Amino acid sequence: MSRFGEYGGQFVPESLMYALDELDAAYRTIVPSEEFREEMGYYLSEYAGRPTPLTFCRNMSADLGCKVYLKREDLLHSGAHKLNNALGQALLTQFMGKRRIIAETGAGQHGVASAIAGAALGLSVEVYMGEEDMQRQALNVARMEMLGATVIPVHSGSRTLKDAINEALRDWVANVQDTHYLIGSVVGPHPFPSLVRDFQTVIGQEIREQVMAKEGRLPDVMVACVGGGSNAIGMFSPFLDDPVELFGAEAGGEGLAGRHGATLCGGTPGVLHGSYTYLIQDAFGQVLESHSISAGLDYPGVGPEHSFLCDEKRVTYQAVTDTEAVDSFLYLSRTEGIIPALESAHAVALARRIARDREKEDILIINLSGRGDKDVAQVAALIKEGP
Amino acid sequence: MSSRLSGAFRTRGGPLIVTCIVAGDPSFEESIRISRELIAAGADIIEIVMPFSDPVADGPIIQQAGSRALAAGMNTDLLFDLVREVRRETAIPLLIMTYANIVVRRGIPRFYRDAADAGADGVVVADVPLEEADPFCTAARMAGIDPILFVSQTTSPERMERILAKAGGFVYLVAALGVTGMRDDLSPQAIDLLRRVKQKTTLPVVPGFGISTPEHVRQYADAGADGVIVGSALIRMIGDRGTPMAEQGQGMGDLVRAMKRSAGRG
Repeated sequence: MSRFGEYGGQFVPESLMYALDELDAAYRTIVPSEEFREEMGYYLSEYAGRPTPLTFCRNMSADLGCKVYLKREDLLHSGAHKLNNALGQALLTQFMGKRRIIAETGAGQHGVASAIAGAALGLSVEVYMGEEDMQRQALNVARMEMLGATVIPVHSGSRTLKDAINEALRDWVANVQDTHYLIGSVVGPHPFPSLVRDFQTVIGQEIREQVMAKEGRLPDVMVACVGGGSNAIGMFSPFLDDPVELFGAEAGGEGLAGRHGATLCGGTPGVLHGSYTYLIQDAFGQVLESHSISAGLDYPGVGPEHSFLCDEKRVTYQAVTDTEAVDSFLYLSRTEGIIPALESAHAVALARRIARDREKEDILIINLSGRGDKDVAQVAALIKEGP
Repeated sequence: MSSRLSGAFRTRGGPLIVTCIVAGDPSFEESIRISRELIAAGADIIEIVMPFSDPVADGPIIQQAGSRALAAGMNTDLLFDLVREVRRETAIPLLIMTYANIVVRRGIPRFYRDAADAGADGVVVADVPLEEADPFCTAARMAGIDPILFVSQTTSPERMERILAKAGGFVYLVAALGVTGMRDDLSPQAIDLLRRVKQKTTLPVVPGFGISTPEHVRQYADAGADGVIVGSALIRMIGDRGTPMAEQGQGMGDLVRAMKRSAGRG
């Protein structure tokens, strides 16, 4: 199935269909094979550090008035959930007999994860990154280069994540025969949204086991941030058929009346990067520049499965502004001693909003998708500037 | 097939020269003037590219032209105005080339009706492969527009048959892997693909991507192409206008005339 309801599909130039068909076949035959699963298990547990903890947060629970847990993807090797997918696709690349990986990156987390996976698996890695993002996330550029990857600056369009994906797709069209495009989120043409979801579902599967062991029951509410939406889908997938309330925090930027990246809250359906999904676009279908304080959420599209879950009202999506995100970045740092990525701080902010109406015994789980080291300089500068 | 397209391909004696412009680059009025220049030089078909913010099939020349046009205010309403204006001046076939979201946002049937009303003969959508083609082809045929589909070097023989069964107007042969843009040499695989497609269909077969010189046109003419699509090589000249590059180089009309001679139709 290449669609989630009416969303998804394969809107790509004819030359790419060969690569998508090949990848789809690999997704259906290699990924479920015992040999692949064994190798993947090795990399996830021995190398990446899975399972990640589900931390009961005593201080936040006392403050918010319900039981708050954090899923600690910030403790995964590389510092974010992105590595689950990067290792999965890099391993798949190896199984498919290809030697070169290209990737796009916004915040740099997926670029770093791809560089790590490439180094571990002996694949050459080239990462497309918007010029503006390279400035915002200079630390991650240095990390990628130290890991042996080549970072290629993207000067076209808005010089951010959207344009990095365009450039990676152009590279892939020209090099389909020997290159795998390691896309970093549940976006893009089929089979990427399903493939990436499956590699991230380990997050939700672990949560399920961990919360059953600790509480003996399923959680009441779960919250994750949504840019493309891979950490959220990975968390939500195993719970879609259960009575668990699911919330996605989108990048509200300056607020929905101003510049933002809240695609589901403020967008309309259209076609971008191979998929029919919600977009931030004008009346004629030109995709507009998104805005978020967090480079990882600064994307005018969203994974097609989220568009479906939004229309079905299975997941509730709400926008969190830049200001609220920074406030929760500091809140979590000071309340629990955990510095979250600015992306994940959006989830923390939405959790704080939701927690108001909860009972004391309610279980609320936040996906802490990444750690905040990369954002420390940016937030420090903001604090210095003052409100 | 639209009568204008089938008529154009019936007058044989060498491949037709399909010339591309980006709508609204550098302005609406200039696009009309450039179309006149191409028609006067003997262009057989004009392909009007409606720019999209995220043109993944295009190289830097057409990307930059699209950005210039969008910055100057180009939009889909103006596209159809432009087609209507050009149609008023010529009887040659006019094509619209764009990306899926431009069509989807307007409403697929409405886009094709508007295209037909404005006087377009065919529509090419760069990111609609066979898998997504049905609603586009259906709307095209309802409106009397030819749905033009692609075949590429990576298209399998089985897949090619399914594409040829659905295609209308002509077959757009992707002559180079990668994005649009000028290239020094033709790929031998493209010539080979052209011969294979010709054996499988009665539709005209027209290569595009990377066709930059009269010599390229001659090679495709020898290989039996029914037309050639010339995009970046012409669109680059518009971007160069007013720069020293333009002073020394040939004009768009000169290139079209030279290509027609290479096609054996000069």
